[in-house]
Amino acid sequence: MRNLLLLGDEAIAQAALDAGLSGMYAYPGTPSTEIMEYIQSSAQAAERNVHREWSANEKTAMEAALGMSYCGKRAMVAMKHVGLNVAADAFINSAMTGVNGGLVVVSADDPSMHSSQNEQDSRFYAKFANVPCMEPSNQQEAYEMIFDAFELSEKYKLPVLFRITTRLAHSRASVSLKGQIPEKKLSLPADPVQFVLLPSIARKKYKYLIEAYEKLKYEIRLSKYNSFKDGPKRDMGIIACGIAHNYLLENIGLNNHEYPVLKISSYPFPKDLIKDITGRCKSVLVLEEGAPLVEESLRGILDDGIKVFGRMDGNVPRDGELNPSIVAKSLGMETSYGKEVPALVKNRPPSFCKGCGHSDVFNALIEALKSYESGSVFSDIGCYTLGALPPYNSINACVDMGASVTMAVGAADAGLFPSVSVIGDSTFTHSGMTGLLDAVIKGSPVTIIISDNSTTGMTGGQESHATGRLDQICRGLGVDEKHIRIITPLRKNHEENVHVIKEEFEFRGVSVIIAQRECIQTATKKKRAESSNR
Amino acid sequence: MKTDIIISGVGGQGILSIAATIGLAAVANNLYLKQSEVHGMSQRGGDVQSHFRLSDTPIASDLIPFGKADLIISVEPMESLRYLPWLSKEGWIVTNSVPMINIPDYPPLDDIISEIKKIRNHLIIDADSIAKDAGSSKAGNIVILGAASPFIQMPYNSLEDAIRKLFGKKGEEIVNINLKALKAGREVSGK
Repeated sequence: MRNLLLLGDEAIAQAALDAGLSGMYAYPGTPSTEIMEYIQSSAQAAERNVHREWSANEKTAMEAALGMSYCGKRAMVAMKHVGLNVAADAFINSAMTGVNGGLVVVSADDPSMHSSQNEQDSRFYAKFANVPCMEPSNQQEAYEMIFDAFELSEKYKLPVLFRITTRLAHSRASVSLKGQIPEKKLSLPADPVQFVLLPSIARKKYKYLIEAYEKLKYEIRLSKYNSFKDGPKRDMGIIACGIAHNYLLENIGLNNHEYPVLKISSYPFPKDLIKDITGRCKSVLVLEEGAPLVEESLRGILDDGIKVFGRMDGNVPRDGELNPSIVAKSLGMETSYGKEVPALVKNRPPSFCKGCGHSDVFNALIEALKSYESGSVFSDIGCYTLGALPPYNSINACVDMGASVTMAVGAADAGLFPSVSVIGDSTFTHSGMTGLLDAVIKGSPVTIIISDNSTTGMTGGQESHATGRLDQICRGLGVDEKHIRIITPLRKNHEENVHVIKEEFEFRGVSVIIAQRECIQTATKKKRAESSNR
Repeated sequence: MKTDIIISGVGGQGILSIAATIGLAAVANNLYLKQSEVHGMSQRGGDVQSHFRLSDTPIASDLIPFGKADLIISVEPMESLRYLPWLSKEGWIVTNSVPMINIPDYPPLDDIISEIKKIRNHLIIDADSIAKDAGSSKAGNIVILGAASPFIQMPYNSLEDAIRKLFGKKGEEIVNINLKALKAGREVSGK
């Protein structure tokens, strides 16, 4: 068998290809981006012509994947955890319609918020939607699980939520590959109304979904990833979910013979296995990456059953990602520690690259705002969020993809002037366009600066759907062309750009300023590629 | 046998190339490895680190526990200090002496160097000028790897093979510069 050194993300991508994937759909988002990138650079995917283009956002990705599944082919969609919020409507309803070809939804959570606005736990979404959830503990398991996820999806006609966290996504290990399964042929659903969620049909489908979810509790494909290993200790047993199991084994040893340990890597909860552990131990320690999902259920509302230790009683920190040292402490084991970080070590936050166009945008905007007493800048998700840090300190909001436009609209409704939005090009086509339409319809006095670097920069420079069409999009949505201004954010244009921004502040309607200059990183990469091709 | 390494630096300094080189060598030596990387926002000039674990037996955790790292390999002096909580009592620091100053409050370099010298096992080298002598100022990361190589329990020639593999696509010249950089680093560490 072939072995490859793969990131968790790459193991998932390779597995999907080997399992006969026909379509991969995604919008870039840390820590999920490398799944699509791997498939895009895979010769195997190119040879089979697997669909592998970025989508405008996670919702369009999810829906396109559902369309692929409708045709009987295997599809995968990948996103970061907050992307699942964007795709939630499609995701929840895909449980109602069910699937035809296997559909795996990968959601990559980011506990400790290394590169995110929150640390929501995607496992709750699976429970909410009544679909199975799989949570691999290591790269090899991630690879193998994907095959089972597709088969499970086809057996129950349900999407499967595949939950990973940052550490697995971005950690490399050797993965041993299995043989390839051929792609499925196009075959439409046997039931012509399977995907028609008219209330009368949806009511029937929901009853099926409830039944299926009950049956899933005994499904062998899920339970093979949940395992109970007994040990002589009776004062405390341990439940460890997903990657938490690795941190546990780091402390108690790969061949633990001491604690009774239940590893949970798939959901719904394996009730019988949980009984095995609660039946023989006086207390249970629950280790899970993310929110206390298993722990809270185990405690119940009254919390008067078996004694439970975990995140909710402070035995494990309530927030943030786990690590082997935290787990050691929760086990009451002695922990080692090197030396404290010397006080002279300063924080080194991320910053704009040297020569980045965003910094010229902020410099001009800061100066334009100087002559106004009030005024706020609503920003968005991307590299330009770094405008929040010194020396700029110039944004007042960063909430979710597209919120800069609509928050500026709401603030203008409240009487704020100037009400400014700063959004990137890729974020604009992800979720800013609909908000701009709201602004146009209402004639909101807002100034929207699209800082267009013609790429999805923060996640490493994926292509942006907006490239070359922002002007057209804004006109098409109804922005008056006199108030679509295109500027080049360069230091030499500073005075002129300040002037344009001020002019548009003074126009009491919708203005869009497109500040267009290519990302310095992608520009350098392109140059390098060109010179090496010569 | 196990070697737990923290590789540190600033986003863009090439710590992933160090990790990739050790990774290829580890695979060639049939060792188990886990290598955790930082992607995303911090890559924009922020502090970045990689936990690299090598062993001849299976490895459970992707992260190194506090106080258990055998080695800190740092491409930047202040960054070598950021990971002291992970360094074991007998552990080594191998670091570049050339600072990357991209923050306004960067501490005086002499203070940083004297903090590093408080760690019993340290090796501080001017990787940038050694790399320049080898043919490219960009190969400082590989110089540091060369200097750290005696502390990584793998035959030296497997690191050379890994460099040939990793940089092979970029042409013979780049391969040779990096091999020279590796060797120059190795010689500085005097082993």
